[in-house]
Amino acid sequence: MLSKIKVSPAPHVSKAHSTQSIMLDVLIGLSPALIAAIVYFRLAAVTMIITCVASCMATEYACSMVRKKGNSLCDLSAVVTGVIIAMSLSPLTPVWAAAIGCVFAIAIGKMVFGGLGSNTFNPAMVGRVFIAVSFGTLAATWAVPATIDSANPQINVENTATANQELTPITQATPLAWSKQAIKGESKVTVANSLIKSNLLGQTGGCLGETSAIALIIGGIYLLIKRTISFYIPAAVLLSAFAVASIFWLTGSDKYASPIFHLTSGGMLLCAFFIATDPVTAPLTKKGMCIFGIGIGVLIMLIRLLGEYPEGIMYAVLLMNALTPLIDRFVKLTPAGGKVNAGQ
Amino acid sequence: MADDNKIKPASVFMAGIWKENPVLILLLGMCPTLAVTAAVKPALTMGISATFVLLCSNIVVSLLRDLLKPHVRILMFTLTIATFVTIADLFLKAFMPDMSDELGPYIPLIIVNCIIICRAEACASKNGLKISIVDALGMGIGFTLTLCFLAAIREVLSTGNLFGKAVMPESFVPWAAMGMPVGAFVTLGLMLAGVTIILKKKS
Repeated sequence: MLSKIKVSPAPHVSKAHSTQSIMLDVLIGLSPALIAAIVYFRLAAVTMIITCVASCMATEYACSMVRKKGNSLCDLSAVVTGVIIAMSLSPLTPVWAAAIGCVFAIAIGKMVFGGLGSNTFNPAMVGRVFIAVSFGTLAATWAVPATIDSANPQINVENTATANQELTPITQATPLAWSKQAIKGESKVTVANSLIKSNLLGQTGGCLGETSAIALIIGGIYLLIKRTISFYIPAAVLLSAFAVASIFWLTGSDKYASPIFHLTSGGMLLCAFFIATDPVTAPLTKKGMCIFGIGIGVLIMLIRLLGEYPEGIMYAVLLMNALTPLIDRFVKLTPAGGKVNAGQ
Repeated sequence: MADDNKIKPASVFMAGIWKENPVLILLLGMCPTLAVTAAVKPALTMGISATFVLLCSNIVVSLLRDLLKPHVRILMFTLTIATFVTIADLFLKAFMPDMSDELGPYIPLIIVNCIIICRAEACASKNGLKISIVDALGMGIGFTLTLCFLAAIREVLSTGNLFGKAVMPESFVPWAAMGMPVGAFVTLGLMLAGVTIILKKKS
């Protein structure tokens, strides 16, 4: 099982990585964003994270027992899945809906394929899509962070925030929603562009892990320094998204938000550093990782700019996951000494 | 008719329902299984229509079996089946127009339903009338029961209703995904897994 995770082209790294140590690194990398989420959303964030992690671990344990293949809780992958699902949800999502999504993610997204290492699709995104498709409106109600004076949320009109220091349900208030409205001509694009600074700090509405770009970047840099992830996928995702956003921005800057806005808003950074880099569902070679990352970046931007949804991370990741086996076949490595001519 | 005495009709009937269940064991007729099982009503209609066609085509094929030339037999099966499918389709259009609209192309598609061709080829063209009728009933009821079971799970989870009547508590929030194609694939997959576990335990 462990050797499956570590499959990598030569040169082989001599440092001993285990699934557990990789997953632990990912958790450490996620912690700045987790702390930011708890600062901004208080109790709602804590409840959401605990619920998701607990239900993922319980499902993993139950499936391990059914399969009689030993307990796989210790590899921490269920914890990572739970944290990522929690971070991709709005703090106002009902707790039971999050729990159902987590059960679906682990049981259907991972364990039916044979557990960690055999799954085609990123389990966290499978769960997230199930929640989005099943409980659409419930999962798309956003909260103003508790640090903002909610009587004057500065985000814009249309919200009914009144009480201080409490999470107030408002709709249509995430930065990406403003960008979408600008595309449809319902509001000015300057509103979206003016949100870049609050995007960086996290002073916006959105999912738990979408808010603070700086916290996500710190976590991502930690993973890159620890070499838990290679820079190919994050770089490909961000650069290709930047390129597509730039093209649209240059053709109509009164309609489309600036590329920097798109990189800092929504789940872009969370996806680039933590979701797309899942070692099981991403291609193995450098070239493959680049194709995979570019595909995700381009799809995210196309969904954001031309699609019906304001955000397209989950669909982009799942679509490229489906293509991963093809990419791996397409960019076969040439062994040292030239091409192997097997005569087949 | 000599063969008929060796095969017990009861065991043929039960084989269709469980041991050779067309959906769960033979994995035939997947298209209607996945497409019409969002609710129990269309699933039941589809099951009964398919059973009717299967029964009639088995009877005709069984009666014709001595006249069939091997190289045109599939053509004869298809023509026979098409006749009864047209009857079923027009019947539904005349008496249950809403259901006919809901099922759309899936009733005419019974013509190419593998279960019916399979039974004509594997059973009716080799056996007498009695066995063919029992086989058609067993397979048809097995098909209908499986469809209804699958549809019941999906309908309860995706709408909170069963047969259009509310069965879940009011606080239940429907899981819309279960009414979509993904719900069909996931539920059918889990059902197949369950059947495999049961069969493994038995053997």
